[in-house]
Amino acid sequence: MTYMLGQEQLDAIEQVLLEDLFDVGVNCIFLIDMAGNVIANLDDGEIKHDIYSLAALAAGNFAAVSTMAKIVGEDEFSLLFHKGEKESIHFSKVLTDFLLITIFGKGISLGFLRLKVAEATEKVKKILEPSCAP
Amino acid sequence: MAFVNLKKKEVQAKIVYYGPGRGGKTTNLEYIYSKFRSRIKTEMVTIKTHGDRTLFFDFLPFNVGKIRGYDVKIQLYTVPGQVKYDATRRLVLRGVDGIVFVADSMAVRREKNILSLRNLQKNLATFKKSIFKIPIVLQYNKKDLEEQGIPLLPLQTLEKDLNSQLKAPSFEASALMGMNVVPTIKKIISMTMASLLMELK
Repeated sequence: MTYMLGQEQLDAIEQVLLEDLFDVGVNCIFLIDMAGNVIANLDDGEIKHDIYSLAALAAGNFAAVSTMAKIVGEDEFSLLFHKGEKESIHFSKVLTDFLLITIFGKGISLGFLRLKVAEATEKVKKILEPSCAP
Repeated sequence: MAFVNLKKKEVQAKIVYYGPGRGGKTTNLEYIYSKFRSRIKTEMVTIKTHGDRTLFFDFLPFNVGKIRGYDVKIQLYTVPGQVKYDATRRLVLRGVDGIVFVADSMAVRREKNILSLRNLQKNLATFKKSIFKIPIVLQYNKKDLEEQGIPLLPLQTLEKDLNSQLKAPSFEASALMGMNVVPTIKKIISMTMASLLMELK
């Protein structure tokens, strides 16, 4: 299954990520699909993470956790979050095939981040839905 | 599940190296990594056990260059070959666009090759994909062992066992020596790109 996103959609997605997440203090945001492809990414220019490797590992990690959930009888684990000393990482599923990943520092609380991520996820869903096959 | 980014004029596609354990999937990627070091800006990612066996996958992003005006980025993955890691193997196959099946030419591995190919067919089916429709290239690895007097399967046997129904392009290779590693990847990239173009039409 191949899917395509045009300039308008990608601009709209980036706008959402910028306004809802970057502007509230998230250091690095990227939207990927479950195959590990990078759809959009934003960062503050100071962080030099290897986005493509991160995307591949994040997709693998998310898939592994989902499978663990199913084995213990859950549909999925709703909170996927790894806490580090300086940076933390949060994963949020968008539709069935996409993942919104945020990397954030100490300046932002997990609760606030989850709230903003939920808002952004809803907006991104609406942009992706029409053009992406299920 | 390839992704076409019309804004950046970029295509991203996923190619998975599949096959029985200790067959040389990771060695293929390591050779590509060393050969095309200048084109690969990042480190190769590997998740392996202490015994150096692949636990989850290896990952290598590979810039092919421009094809019809689009920047083509290929994500190369390997699966863990050991039978017990079937669940993780299936996860890596998610969204796959092309497959290189790395078979082990050693005579003692004949059955393992056949079982692994069947396992691939079964795992592709869980994603509603047919082994007969997805771009696939077979690689009969470890040709270099012939010189050391280790009994290898003749080409006809390998073709009969693995390729009589698939009728896919196949290469005799030595991942360790780099023999036919590059032709294998070139072939699967061109087949995958052709298949993506067909899909987009």
